[in-house]
Amino acid sequence: MTLANFLIQLLNSVQYGLLLFMLAAGLTLIFGIMGVVNLAHGSFYMLGAYLAYTLAAQMGSLPLAILLGAVLAGLFGFVLERLLFRHFYHRDHLDQVLLTFGLIYVFEELRAVIWGNDVLGVQIPASLDWSIPLTDTLSYPVYRLFISAVCIGLALALYLLISKTRLGMKIRAGAFNRDMTESLGVNIELIHALVFGLGVGLAVVAGMVASPVSSVYPNMGSPVLIMCFVVVVIGGIGSVRGALIAALLVGLVDTFGKVLLPQVAGMLVYVLMAAVLLWRPEGLFKQ
Amino acid sequence: MSAANSHLEVLPRSVQFLLATAIVGLALFPLVGSDYALQSLSRMMILAIFAMSLDLLQGVTGLVSLGHAAYFGLAGYALAFLSPVNDPAALWWTLPAAMALSGAAALIIGFFAVRTHGIYFIMVTMAFAQMLFYLFFDNKVLGGSDGIYVNIRPGSGFVDLENKVTLFYVCLASIVLVYAFLRRLLWSSFGRALVGIRINEHRMKAVGYSTFGYKLSAFTLAGVLAGLAGYLWGALNGFVNPELMGFHMSAHAIMMVILGGMGNFAGAAIGAFVFEGVLHWVKDLPQVGTVRLSDHWQLWMGLFIVAVVVLAPRGVLGLVGAILERLRTGRGESA
Repeated sequence: MTLANFLIQLLNSVQYGLLLFMLAAGLTLIFGIMGVVNLAHGSFYMLGAYLAYTLAAQMGSLPLAILLGAVLAGLFGFVLERLLFRHFYHRDHLDQVLLTFGLIYVFEELRAVIWGNDVLGVQIPASLDWSIPLTDTLSYPVYRLFISAVCIGLALALYLLISKTRLGMKIRAGAFNRDMTESLGVNIELIHALVFGLGVGLAVVAGMVASPVSSVYPNMGSPVLIMCFVVVVIGGIGSVRGALIAALLVGLVDTFGKVLLPQVAGMLVYVLMAAVLLWRPEGLFKQ
Repeated sequence: MSAANSHLEVLPRSVQFLLATAIVGLALFPLVGSDYALQSLSRMMILAIFAMSLDLLQGVTGLVSLGHAAYFGLAGYALAFLSPVNDPAALWWTLPAAMALSGAAALIIGFFAVRTHGIYFIMVTMAFAQMLFYLFFDNKVLGGSDGIYVNIRPGSGFVDLENKVTLFYVCLASIVLVYAFLRRLLWSSFGRALVGIRINEHRMKAVGYSTFGYKLSAFTLAGVLAGLAGYLWGALNGFVNPELMGFHMSAHAIMMVILGGMGNFAGAAIGAFVFEGVLHWVKDLPQVGTVRLSDHWQLWMGLFIVAVVVLAPRGVLGLVGAILERLRTGRGESA
């Protein structure tokens, strides 16, 4: 493998890993703080991609569409938590699994009614539709760098929110001991709804940024969801830092596996996960 | 509420009566049913066996496996590979061989998996199943993504699975035998130990049980029974593909068990019938006005599942049991 080739694959794996992190961060926060297993998280990713298709066409600009989409998604998550999810915190994990499994069907139908069952494409914005030449024949598309940049920006914002702000302190306290936090006067219900909105927002934004390269199609959330669970579990449930490292690890293994060992590429990520869990039965960064 | 009560381990008389009626109804069905209906019911019975095998782990022992389809699919593949091209496979030895293969895989995977707990157990079992899925999916020698045909269905002596009615009765006999066996097991000292592990594994260890051995035995046994279902599935469809071991197959099995009600095997079987039945029904809904209701089957399916979770926390069986008991005792004290 030449240096340029290696660089391209490295950038691809980082981009894929960061995208996974956007989804896994929400999933791990929702699980760590509310204790909810949310199988419908992949559906938010799918809805994001479809939303990008519509909003970008209406507004004429994908970045603007992403901003608006993030706000809408946050509100949607907030409302969904207030109306539905908050009634399931005290229920068995398996009830939550069944509920969110049912929601996958509902979201798929919503998608079918609004957008139909066709595969759709989203245009890369003209300003980002060029490539950086690496050698005479190889070049790297700028849009993929844009995806990574958006993800890094949001990861940083998430880090600052959780570790440096007052709200972040309350989130961490709520995850550590719900009852104690509540008795200190923190409105834990509001925190839950905010975290849920945040998680949905991240998933939708991930779907929106990825839409031009992944294209937009029915059930696109399902393979992504499986990968996200892998990331969350390798990282250690509830750990955002763990999710970041695990997501990059999964991105590397998956991308380089496909290039170097195509025969067993599909298995590699799961071999990685099994190995990590046998070595550390509660993930890399147990909370 | 005691654990036995919450999992309906003792089935109310009315439910037992209903199950017996259902078995008699199934036994008489080939006299009146079409070939298509026979095939659909055989399919449901096979999935019910699969769901019951998972319930031994999920409902009884408290081990939620998200990779149970691996053992289902492996036995299907075993049948496909053991079938000669132009002759039927010999049922009498290929069925035990396929079940043994599934059991061996479950023993090896379980050896690693049962050390983990909770959601990590769910994920480890899924990881191993996905490995098997991709092993078959990515390798042409093993059939690749297209899968393999079972050209001629297996048979031995007077039992020839090419005959749809025979296959139907083999499925019926299997579901009854597996149910009787598992119910018996549930009330044996082995079954009681498994229930104890679900309720409090630490306490079971403290009283001197080697919980690892019990969990591994349950995992292996569940794999063997999933193998029985997978073999029959291969025989019914004449075709196996990697999807049989896939994530969705495993996830659907979990849904069936929760939907029906966990920990008593009757619920798992009912869950399989209800899940498949409702899926069938919503895809076949009529047109009302300008709207073809069947076009929106995913919505109805999704709303049905959400409604069951909200309205019937102990699954369909729990709901039916409560209603029947209420009818029998005439209002008054209900479960």
